[in-house]
Amino acid sequence: MSNVLELPSIVKSVKKRFLKMYFNAKAGHIGSSLSCAEILTFLKFSWMNENDELVLSKGHAAAVLYSVWAEAGIISEDEINTFYKNGTYLSAHPPVNKIKGIPFATGSLGHGLSLAAGLALASKLKKDDRKIFCVTSDGEINEGSTWEAVLFIKAQQLNNLIWIIDRNKLQGFGYTESIMPLEPLNEKLLAFGFDVMRINGHDFIDFQQVKNACENCKKPTVIIADTTKGNGWEGMQDKLECHYLPMNLSQYEAMMLNLEV
Amino acid sequence: MRKEFAKGIIDNFSVYPKQVFITGDLGFMALEEVRNVFAEQFINAGVAEQNMVTVAASLAYEGFIPWVYSISPFVTLRPYEQLRNDVCLHNLPVKVVGNGGGYGYGIMGSTHHNNEDIGAMRILPNMKVLVPFVSSDVNEAIIWMLNNPFPNYLRLNLAANINEQIPPFAAWRKIKSGTGAVVIGAGPVLGNLLELPDEIYQKLEIWVVSIFPVEEIPAELINAVLQCKRVLTIEEHSGNGGLNEAVAPFLLKNQASPSKYINLFSKGYPSGKYGDQSWHQEESGLKGDALLNSIQDLLN
Repeated sequence: MSNVLELPSIVKSVKKRFLKMYFNAKAGHIGSSLSCAEILTFLKFSWMNENDELVLSKGHAAAVLYSVWAEAGIISEDEINTFYKNGTYLSAHPPVNKIKGIPFATGSLGHGLSLAAGLALASKLKKDDRKIFCVTSDGEINEGSTWEAVLFIKAQQLNNLIWIIDRNKLQGFGYTESIMPLEPLNEKLLAFGFDVMRINGHDFIDFQQVKNACENCKKPTVIIADTTKGNGWEGMQDKLECHYLPMNLSQYEAMMLNLEV
Repeated sequence: MRKEFAKGIIDNFSVYPKQVFITGDLGFMALEEVRNVFAEQFINAGVAEQNMVTVAASLAYEGFIPWVYSISPFVTLRPYEQLRNDVCLHNLPVKVVGNGGGYGYGIMGSTHHNNEDIGAMRILPNMKVLVPFVSSDVNEAIIWMLNNPFPNYLRLNLAANINEQIPPFAAWRKIKSGTGAVVIGAGPVLGNLLELPDEIYQKLEIWVVSIFPVEEIPAELINAVLQCKRVLTIEEHSGNGGLNEAVAPFLLKNQASPSKYINLFSKGYPSGKYGDQSWHQEESGLKGDALLNSIQDLLN
């Protein structure tokens, strides 16, 4: 378990690794990974115990997941270098059961919260004390299956499940609030019977506070983590383009340079 | 088969205590005792089949054997991607139970029928489809599923009542011998042959297929086809993707090409009208005079 003061340097390393992965692969979804880099870093290095599970429902951010897992020594750097290449296990969305700590292939949105609910239910039936974490995007709250999961989690009182919404406010083809408005999201989730916390999803101090608050959670918990898609990608952040476009060399070099500081 | 199913589940609970039974809010007058026996391992997941199937995938990942139960279309077609991604791609032992395949829900109408389930389910990776024929098949199918650590789909329907001694549940079973023609069927619809005049019925060699995908074809059946050169398939399922399409390649591979090959299957709603299961079977030519005519045509 890392001290919160160590996390800024860890997340820099995580970001540098996945930016290199994306750059070498000439791949998109960079904005999605930058959006939740602090979320996954905090979970893995400051919150999750060894037996806890994480479901990354927004599977398109697989690169940050792989990078965090590599940072933790679960995925080798050699394996990381196979990202996007023929014959890799590291597909653009998480694969089926080939990597420790990635219980399920994700990528089709709206599955992850039910996967986490099932794991949390299994924990209850086994009477173990694991925590189950699930990171979803905000766009996938459009999916009806997400709301089926919300109702189920409340019905089963799965207070061992912690749902983090990466609230970057951008989805596939525009801003969430102009496509399928989600706000007031706090009130909606409160009405469904969850403990709702809202934080700056790039701020480790905020995360430390909600972690402390969660010690006493009696209800299922959702953390709405306000984030910026493409966070730190100058000229591209909070733009739809950062979801799809790969980096050019100068963009890559500029971001890597910023992360050296 | 609903009662046999509930009894089978209860009877096997002490032998396989890792079972979890999840219903999509179905089970009135059928699953009350299952709920009592399974206690906290019985979950009513509500009318939310997508979540139900994915939750089951996670329970299976954790070492449980989850059953998911609803009316056939609601537990197969509604959560189809959840079945593919979360259950089948991960090859997890989720046991899907669909009540009333084919026209089983009769006058309830087309939304409650399922003439696409065998085709839709048998093409999913790692999935095995089980179609019981007679009531004694149900418990045997349950035990088969509990011993098969992969995804399964069980299609429940009203069981056929037949006079012949039936071999235990298996992929292929010969029901009776005959030299005039070979009939291959799936599910209780095959029982409609019993309504044929006895002199016609006695001419038929009858085989039932109960597990899909079909992986082989018995040599004895190939020989029978080579002898009589007449084959009829009968299924309460769409002509696309079901029994006929599963079996025909094996006839071809074994050069057992019949000179007469008739396929009877669910034809949907030709008149646009609705009735009970038998009525729909008759409209599709799976029962009654139309079935008799097809069999006579086969034998001539």
